[in-house]
Amino acid sequence: MAHFTKATSLHDWLNQRLAVDTLRRVLATEYWIPKNINFLWAMGMVLAITFGLLLISGIFLLMYYQPNVNLAFDSVNYTIMQEVGYGWLWRHVHGVAASVVFLVIYIHMFTGIYYGSYKKGREMIWISGMLLFVAFSAEAFSGYMLPWGQMSYWAGMVITNLFSMGGLHMDGLVEWIRGDYVPAQAFLNRFFMLHVLLIPLAIIGLIALHFGSLRIPHVNNQDGEEIDFEAEAAKYKAGNKKDSKVIAFVNDFMSKDMMVVGIYLIFFFYLVFFHYDFAMDPVNFDPANGLKTPTHIYPEWYFLWSYEILRPFSTNVGLIAFAFAQVIFFFLPFLDRSPNAVPASRRGLFKYWFWAMLIDMIVLTAMGKVPPEGVFSTIGFYAAITFIGLWIILPFITAFEKKA
Amino acid sequence: MKNSSRRGFMGKAFGAVAGVGAVASLYAMKRSWDPLPSVKAAGFTTLDMSAYKENELVVEKWRGKPIFVLKQSKEMLASEDKNMSQLTGKSTAAMDKKRLIKVGEDYFLVCVGLCTHLGCIPGYRPDTKDFLCACHGGMYDDTGMVTKSPPPRGLDIPPFKVDGMKIVLGESSPEYEKMLADGVTLKV
Repeated sequence: MAHFTKATSLHDWLNQRLAVDTLRRVLATEYWIPKNINFLWAMGMVLAITFGLLLISGIFLLMYYQPNVNLAFDSVNYTIMQEVGYGWLWRHVHGVAASVVFLVIYIHMFTGIYYGSYKKGREMIWISGMLLFVAFSAEAFSGYMLPWGQMSYWAGMVITNLFSMGGLHMDGLVEWIRGDYVPAQAFLNRFFMLHVLLIPLAIIGLIALHFGSLRIPHVNNQDGEEIDFEAEAAKYKAGNKKDSKVIAFVNDFMSKDMMVVGIYLIFFFYLVFFHYDFAMDPVNFDPANGLKTPTHIYPEWYFLWSYEILRPFSTNVGLIAFAFAQVIFFFLPFLDRSPNAVPASRRGLFKYWFWAMLIDMIVLTAMGKVPPEGVFSTIGFYAAITFIGLWIILPFITAFEKKA
Repeated sequence: MKNSSRRGFMGKAFGAVAGVGAVASLYAMKRSWDPLPSVKAAGFTTLDMSAYKENELVVEKWRGKPIFVLKQSKEMLASEDKNMSQLTGKSTAAMDKKRLIKVGEDYFLVCVGLCTHLGCIPGYRPDTKDFLCACHGGMYDDTGMVTKSPPPRGLDIPPFKVDGMKIVLGESSPEYEKMLADGVTLKV
C-alpha cells in the first residue's frame, strides 16, 4: 500500500491522494506548444468555449422545454420566450452558438487543410475531428427538430426520407427511424433523447479523443517544421525561453488563446443581443403542419453545401453524390499523396486546389440557399461537379508534388 | 501454461455469452424503435365515398399524409384522351382507367397528395381539371398522371380496400395489387 503522511495543507492532502501537481504538470505547465503559430491556432479553444455555452444554455432550456407534439412549439415560443425570466437569453445563446460553432469548425478545418496538419502522425487528429463534425451535425439536426415548427417538421421529413435510399425505396427503414409513418410523437421524443443525451455524450467522448490524439504528434506550426519537443522543452525549463521554440500551454499559450476567445465572445454576444434573428428561420415560427409544405425547404446555412451537391442530380445520382460529400473529407490524409506538411502556399498545385475547394464550397453554400431555378441551378450543378472533380484529382496532383 | 489456458477458456466462455447477450439486446433496441402498435392501428382510414361531389377535391388524412379524393364527372371520364404526358409524349388514356377506383357506379381518384418530386402539396384547379405544384411547376392531370415534369411519376396511390360504398385506406386488396402489377403506382 502507498505510504501516506500527515498532510501539511489541503493542497498536500489532495496531492497525496490525486497527484494534482503531476496532473497539472502533464496537462498544463509542461504541455508544449510551438511559438511559431498565429490566431488560427486558437480556434480549438474557441470551439471548446462555444460548446460550453451550448451546454449551459441547453441545461436551462431543458428545464422548460416539453418534448410533446402538442406542447413543444408553445413551450419554446411562449413559455421560454415570454414567461421564463431571461429564457430568451438562453434560447438566443443556444441558437446563435449552434450556428456560429459551424463557422468556427469550418475555419478550424480549413486551417488544418492549409497547413497540412492532418499528416505525419497527425492523421488521428484529423479523423477524430471529422467524427466531431459528424456528431455536431447530428446534434444540430436533432436540435432543429425540437421547436416543432414548419421547418423542423419538413426538414425532419426530407432528411429521414433520404434513408429510403432513393430507388431502393426502403420505406420500412424510414418508418423505423421515425417510429411512425410521418414525423410525429415518437420521432420528436427520440430526437429529443438524441439531442440532450446520446449525441452530447458522444461529443464529449470525441473531444477527449481529439485532445488525446494531439498529445504525441503535438500541434503543428506555421512552417510545418518538425520540432524536437524534448530538446526545446529542456531549453525552456533551463530558463532559456528566448531560444526555445516552444512555450507552455499554461500560462503562456493560454493567455494568448483567451485573448482571441475574448475578441470572439464580443462578436458572439453582439450577435446574441442584436442579430440573433440570423439563426432563427421565420418559417419555423409557424407550428408544424403535415398538410402544408413551405414553398422552399432548405437547411441551415452550414448544411447548404452538401444539400446543393444532392439537389442538381436525379434522385439516385444525387444521393450517391451526397454520400460522397459526407464521407470524403475523412480520407483527406490518405488522398493527399505528398509527404510535404507545409503551408499550401509552398506546395505547388495544392495551393490552387485549396483555394478552389474553399471557393467552390462557398459557391455551393450560396446556390443551396436560392431556389433551384434557371442560372442558379446551372451554377449549382457545375459547382457540385467541381467538388467531386477536385477530390478525384487530389491524389494525382499531390503525388507529383516536389519535395518542399 | 495450464493456468493461462484456463484463463483463456474463461475469457472465451464469457465472450461467447456476452456476445449472445449483445446480439439479443441489439434486437431489443431495434424493436423499441419500431412504430408502436397504437401507431400502426391508427394507420387505417375509412372514407364514405357517397359523400363526395364531382370535380371537387377533398383532402383527407391517412398516416399523417394528405390524401386527395376527386370524384370523376362523366365529362372528366370522357375527356381522358386529350391529356398528353410530357414524360412519355403519349396519351395518358391507357393508364387513366387503371388509376381510378370504382365504388358503386362512380370512379374516384384517391392518391397521396404529395408531389412525387420533392413532397410539396399540389393544388387542384377545377376549371382546367389538373393539379399544379407551386414548388417546381410540376403538373398532373385529373387522374394524377404527370403531364409536366419534374415529377418522376404520377401521384402515389395508397393501399385501399373497397367495402360497399366505403373504402379503407391502409389495407390492400386484389384491386390494389393489380394497380401495383400494372405499374400505375409505387407501393406506399
